[in-house]
Amino acid sequence: MFLKRFFSTFFLTLYLSGFQLFSQPEKVVIVKFEDLQKMINSSSDTTLVVHFWATWCRPCVEEIPFFEKMNKEYSNQKIRFLMVSMDFPKDVQDKVAPFLEKNKINSEVVLLDEPDYNAWIDDVDKDWSGTIPATLILNTTMRKRVFFEGQINQEAFTKELKAMIPTAGDN
Amino acid sequence: MKKAMKKIYLLGSVSVMLMGLVAVFAFKNTNEIIVDKGYAIGDVVTDFKLKSTTGKTVSMVENRSAKGYIVIFTCNHCPFSKAYESRIMALDKKYASQGYPVLAINPNDPAAYEEDTFENMQAVAKAKNYSFEYLQDETQNVARAFGAARTPSAYVVKREGDKFIMQYIGGIDDNTQDANGVTKRYVEDAVNSLLAGKPVVANVTKSVGCAIKWKGV
Repeated sequence: MFLKRFFSTFFLTLYLSGFQLFSQPEKVVIVKFEDLQKMINSSSDTTLVVHFWATWCRPCVEEIPFFEKMNKEYSNQKIRFLMVSMDFPKDVQDKVAPFLEKNKINSEVVLLDEPDYNAWIDDVDKDWSGTIPATLILNTTMRKRVFFEGQINQEAFTKELKAMIPTAGDN
Repeated sequence: MKKAMKKIYLLGSVSVMLMGLVAVFAFKNTNEIIVDKGYAIGDVVTDFKLKSTTGKTVSMVENRSAKGYIVIFTCNHCPFSKAYESRIMALDKKYASQGYPVLAINPNDPAAYEEDTFENMQAVAKAKNYSFEYLQDETQNVARAFGAARTPSAYVVKREGDKFIMQYIGGIDDNTQDANGVTKRYVEDAVNSLLAGKPVVANVTKSVGCAIKWKGV
């Protein structure tokens, strides 16, 4: 009896949590630069694509479908796409979340709450002036990093990304 | 270029490669213009003549009482510029009387952003009662010369005779969203140093803003 109840509750919970995962748009996590830096610096064989954008930045919005497409195309590779929103934290509910829902963005999105831009822009890349969009591809295991400022040259980006696809045996 | 990009994805492999090459070259050319570094600290800044929302044509050298200027590339449409609007007004209120007035310059292509037309600049300047000149950089040559890439971008120049020397390049302060959360007032610190006859310590800072929309790109 007890076991039966336990299992039914267990499966119900599992079902509900699964349901929630699929039916609700993903929540935008607000991060500090420290968190982002940990991701960037952590030793990993996964290639990381960090893309800086904002809902108010038109050139960014124009190229988001491209990144969505790439994310889908490379979903079976060890490549992680991280879309870092530079929107104000106060706009997360009213602007960022609706934008993601409306445009059916499935990529992982975080909002970087770090208003003193001068304190961290150089740590992403020395060549970055601060203009968005900006995109960083890196793989710590391969010791490779490529940085793009402004709207991406899709050909060049694809070429660089292809060259940084981790092979199955890499560790 | 955007159209070309779209086509790339629709067409077959041979034309993809050919057009890809064309796109790469197109990108490289436009990129050179945008990423032009502009003035460095200590450089002589070439004077300009720009149309103000007041109807006047404004140049730096004309205002004999100015010891220098706080030049800010800004615009109407950009949320980051809007977030700074009242702080830009406050800068002029505080420093114009001390010899460092604000010169606000809108470098955006108004064809790309309706809000940034000269008429809309006039409307905003009037509605907000700007105490400073709000200038339109129609040719975008001034923004290019300064190496401005986004709005808002601030510069402080100091007069030496009839020349203007670049003293500060960067952000206005360290908190765009929340004026009450500001801890470092980069532009104010720069002007205060110059007024005290001292060199500017933090003379280059990096900031985020709306990319300037260049004409014909």
